[in-house]
Amino acid sequence: MKAGVIVFPGSNCDRDMAVALRAAGAEVEMVWHKETALPAGLDLVAVPGGFSFGDYLRCGAIAAHSPVATALRAHAERGGYVLGVCNGFQVLTETGLLPGALMRNSGLKFVCRTVALDVVTGDSAFTEAYGAGTRIALPVAHHDGNFQADEATLDRLEGEDRVAFRYAEAVNGSARDIAGILSENRRVLGMMPHPERAVDEGHGGTEGQALFRSILGVLQAA
Amino acid sequence: MKARVTVMLKSGVLDPQGEAVRHALGALGFSGVEGVRQGKVIELDLAEGTTEAEVDEMCRKLLANTVMESYRIEFP
Repeated sequence: MKAGVIVFPGSNCDRDMAVALRAAGAEVEMVWHKETALPAGLDLVAVPGGFSFGDYLRCGAIAAHSPVATALRAHAERGGYVLGVCNGFQVLTETGLLPGALMRNSGLKFVCRTVALDVVTGDSAFTEAYGAGTRIALPVAHHDGNFQADEATLDRLEGEDRVAFRYAEAVNGSARDIAGILSENRRVLGMMPHPERAVDEGHGGTEGQALFRSILGVLQAA
Repeated sequence: MKARVTVMLKSGVLDPQGEAVRHALGALGFSGVEGVRQGKVIELDLAEGTTEAEVDEMCRKLLANTVMESYRIEFP
């Protein structure tokens, strides 16, 4: 299974993402944002956390219009898998691959701690190994993680079972405590919490491992 | 020629930064401030002949996220 990790100026979770993917058994290539094509044969593209382009204009806005973004959109439209974490989630909403927007945390503070999450759906390659209803703990570290969308979009996300994770407690003001969502074909996941920061005993938790094992398992079986 | 684009959160979207500014003004003793909305102003230096439609496209594609933000274009 081959994964690509996109690197923007200001990405800072790109290497953690590569380590987590390799630990789960993936072959990983880093992809610089100026590339106009993705390496051939990628099954999964990860858009990592960080502060791409210094969060200028809006978080993820400039990254969403970088040369590699066109290739990323094409990969998703072909039915390829995409994982966006934190700033990666912001990039995915800015590209239009996921609905809604990530706004400033309602408490205005940067939130950096481990939070409890509920896995809302097990019906995705990313969450299959957890199963719906499982409570896990993952770190969050963001200033703009307040997920907002209009009521119709929120109803649709819930109605189509596309909410992947929900905060078990209020963290940043997100509508309906949404922490992660899936695309219509369930192959694009955007989430604010960091599964790649919870894959080793040294991280203080390993509850992110199942996400990587889950997607690797599905892709290796395919 | 110049264009000035004003980007604001759509009405109805909670603006936590504006709220914080309102509280701070209250703390300074300005009791009459009933609401604050914070946005941004982007000034564009444009080649002569750039049309309003082009600036509108710039707003839709990049300068504003129309999921949450509205924009206004002026040619001052």
